[in-house]
Amino acid sequence: MNKKELVVSAIKNGTVIDHIPADKLFQVIKALKLNDCTEEILMGNNLSSYKLGKKGIIKCKDKFFEKNEINKIALITLHATLITIRDYEIVEKIKIEIPDAIEGMVKCFNPKCITNNESVMQKFAVIDKEDLKLQCHYCQKITKKETLTFL
Amino acid sequence: MKNKHLVSISDFSKEEYIKILDSAEDFEKQPVQDIATGKVVATLFFEPSTRTRLSFESAANRMGAKVIGFSDASSSSTSKGESLADTIKTVCCYADLIVMRHPLEGAARLAGEVSSVPIINAGDGANQHPTQCMLDLYSIRKTQNTLDNLHIALVGDLKYGRTVHSLVEAMCNFNATFHLISPESLKLPGAVKMHIKEKGLNYYQYTEIQEAIDKVDILYMTRVQRERFLDIQDYERVKNAYILEQSMLKNSKPNLKVLHPLPRVNEINTNVDNTRQAYYFQQAQNGVYVRQALIAAILGLK
Ligand SMILES: [Zn+2]
Repeated sequence: MNKKELVVSAIKNGTVIDHIPADKLFQVIKALKLNDCTEEILMGNNLSSYKLGKKGIIKCKDKFFEKNEINKIALITLHATLITIRDYEIVEKIKIEIPDAIEGMVKCFNPKCITNNESVMQKFAVIDKEDLKLQCHYCQKITKKETLTFL
Repeated sequence: MKNKHLVSISDFSKEEYIKILDSAEDFEKQPVQDIATGKVVATLFFEPSTRTRLSFESAANRMGAKVIGFSDASSSSTSKGESLADTIKTVCCYADLIVMRHPLEGAARLAGEVSSVPIINAGDGANQHPTQCMLDLYSIRKTQNTLDNLHIALVGDLKYGRTVHSLVEAMCNFNATFHLISPESLKLPGAVKMHIKEKGLNYYQYTEIQEAIDKVDILYMTRVQRERFLDIQDYERVKNAYILEQSMLKNSKPNLKVLHPLPRVNEINTNVDNTRQAYYFQQAQNGVYVRQALIAAILGLK
């Protein structure tokens, strides 16, 4: 294990989100609702990164994210890496990817959409992953990066 | 098609459309067919649309079905704060089929997900109105004897006009050539043009009706609404460019028919009404046959 990974895995159990572009760190924190998290969280930003120039990193002790939460990060940045740590060892390292479908985490931008007026789970098909475009399952309107809001 | 919802035009395949159109033809020959006796059709109109509601109710009545429902949200329990899902689940206990119109987009899709009986979408906001599209197809086939290889002109508000979007999408299945006539600011959206491009079909864009009128088999008129313009001067400049007059039809193809989803305001001069090209009132009449065919197919009666 190289030195860099040792730094990253300095929590016993939990998750490390690495390679977050520095300007996206606070968005990731907000999307994952880490401000409500009661476990120990370590964060760093503007750390030097070979890949990104400057990066952010989040270490969440005893927290393992669900698929839906991981998907949220993917909508903010595709650069991040999710590392699962158990007993100081890296047990899994995954590159974040945008899924084909998204449920219940993003608001449809269309104010006349039924999902913004009745209690119903938002559902989207991801019709463009490069230039993020989410098509609402209900109103069929397309929510783009500029109109994206997390629930 | 039995028990299938019709929420969006893409819910039915090309083959299924054709079946509906064939069946509608049968209803045109014989509109009174007592095949739905004992069935109950609910028409839930969360926003008023007298024309569409009457067309559905007429269709159901001519087949012997009973109709229950409401014609605007103030007479439904929605006004007491009931959720759409609860209203639908309740009406399912009383009806075999629900026809609904709702001001919010996606409402019919949601209704379909909670309903135990089939839903026909009679319009959900600016989103979908599939039965209008099917009666347009019926009218086109009826007047041209085919749906294939036609030249179709769409005139007016092509940006927001939901009937235009659905019709373009549907006609893409039939190798149509599209002539798109609109003010600069109300051109057909890219998302709709995508369907044309995906099928490798041709389309032409114009700003004046006269440029395309003599080339086409169908002239589909829609209204250019003042509210769609950010700048009222832009509206004043173009408002008269999208009005059809009898004199404009003089060099048109002999098979040309003028369609309009109705209601019209002034975009077709009444002097067109008595020409052989005018077909819009017949088009509305066709709506009843198409809705009869749909109700029959979805209830599994035909
Ligand atoms: Zn929506």
